[in-house]
Amino acid sequence: MSLSLLAAEGGTDCGNGTPHLFGNNGGFSCVAPSSEDFDFSNRPWFHIAGYGVTKPVVLVALIVVLMIGFFWAAFNKPKMVPRGVQNVAEVAYLFVRDRMARDSMGKQGDRYVPFLFALFFFVWLMNVMSFVPGIQFPVSSVYSFPLALALMVWLTYMFAGFQRHGLGYFKVLGVPSGVPLGILLILTPIELLSNIFIRPFTLGIRLFANMFAGHLLIATFSAGAWYMFSVKGIVFSGASFTMAIVMTGFELFIQALQAYIFVMLTASYLAGALEEAH
Amino acid sequence: MTSAMILASEFNPIKPKGDELVIGTIAFLIIFVIFWKKLLPNIKKTLDERTDAIEGGMKRAEEAQAAAAALQEEYQRNLTEARHEAAKITQHAREQGAEIVAQMRGEGQEQRDNLVAGGRAQLDADAAATRSALKGDLGTLAIALASKIVGESLEDEARQRGTVDRFLSELEAKADAEAGAKAGA
Repeated sequence: MSLSLLAAEGGTDCGNGTPHLFGNNGGFSCVAPSSEDFDFSNRPWFHIAGYGVTKPVVLVALIVVLMIGFFWAAFNKPKMVPRGVQNVAEVAYLFVRDRMARDSMGKQGDRYVPFLFALFFFVWLMNVMSFVPGIQFPVSSVYSFPLALALMVWLTYMFAGFQRHGLGYFKVLGVPSGVPLGILLILTPIELLSNIFIRPFTLGIRLFANMFAGHLLIATFSAGAWYMFSVKGIVFSGASFTMAIVMTGFELFIQALQAYIFVMLTASYLAGALEEAH
Repeated sequence: MTSAMILASEFNPIKPKGDELVIGTIAFLIIFVIFWKKLLPNIKKTLDERTDAIEGGMKRAEEAQAAAAALQEEYQRNLTEARHEAAKITQHAREQGAEIVAQMRGEGQEQRDNLVAGGRAQLDADAAATRSALKGDLGTLAIALASKIVGESLEDEARQRGTVDRFLSELEAKADAEAGAKAGA
């Protein structure tokens, strides 16, 4: 954990490079990590044609380059007998195709493999930026990016549903099978609201909130270790530092898990859109 | 309370920003289109070809194995047939050989019997001829010899005849006894 970077991201410096959590008056004399750390709008790295390019935007561009670069190397001229990165990328491809697309949609899921594949690695890379030394910021903790993806998922499954069922897709969305008519009066509005309007936001917020909270936890423990080293001594500082390490390891797991959940939910929404009307 | 705390309360983390939404969407679409149009069809094709190659190879191997098995079976069948044939020929030859030997043996025996019988008849004939020839000569010689020794002519023809016959009989009996003694030996 690079504290100088965190401190720089925090926007406020703790009094000329001498960080101190507790001031003379017993209150905060220094800014603890907060949601403020996720606001980059007032501190762009550089400007392109008047637009201030912030850290998350640079990271998104970096993800585009990394992802295309890696899979271009693996899949541009694929060999019958795979070598090097092609092996790894094939495992990833088969995982998305077999475990995600086919398990939820069957053979017709093959059509959506490119979407799910791009989605999975895009989300995972956004998450894993939290772990890369010198970057240490999960792009997905900026809500706009998960939301953009969730809206695209929404468009995709709505389109697939109306393509398959026509206007009958409203029935698929709003009328669960085997529910008595009386209950449908209450249930259908809830189902329609849930499946059409709330879904994209829950999908985006689930990812965002997980990464946001995880990053905040690590930042808090790291800052705590740093501050307490000067005031409370090695024991408190060490405990906090240990927690920062533990949480970083835990986050590494969460990053992959959240990317998996995001794509699995997408696949299940698509499966719901493609299933036969009942 | 610092100014930063106040700022923090103004920043709302779940308020999406238009520019980031657009950038996020474009970034994803760039990735998606490249994967959808270029990279994933590539690897899909390769995986299909690999499946084909593996399945094709396995099929070819199976065919080769089946062909080899058929060949082996045919070879085995031919070998068995050939063994049968050989055994049959050997048996036949053996029978034929035995037959020929028996036949030859019979013929040889017959030939030998014929030869023996012919020889014996010839011998008998020769012996009889010799004997009759000798019988005439011997009478004349004996008389001539006796006339010369006695110096007188024998007056009594009847007596003479009797004497000669008796002498010859004695001679014959003697020769027979000798021949019998020789055969016995």
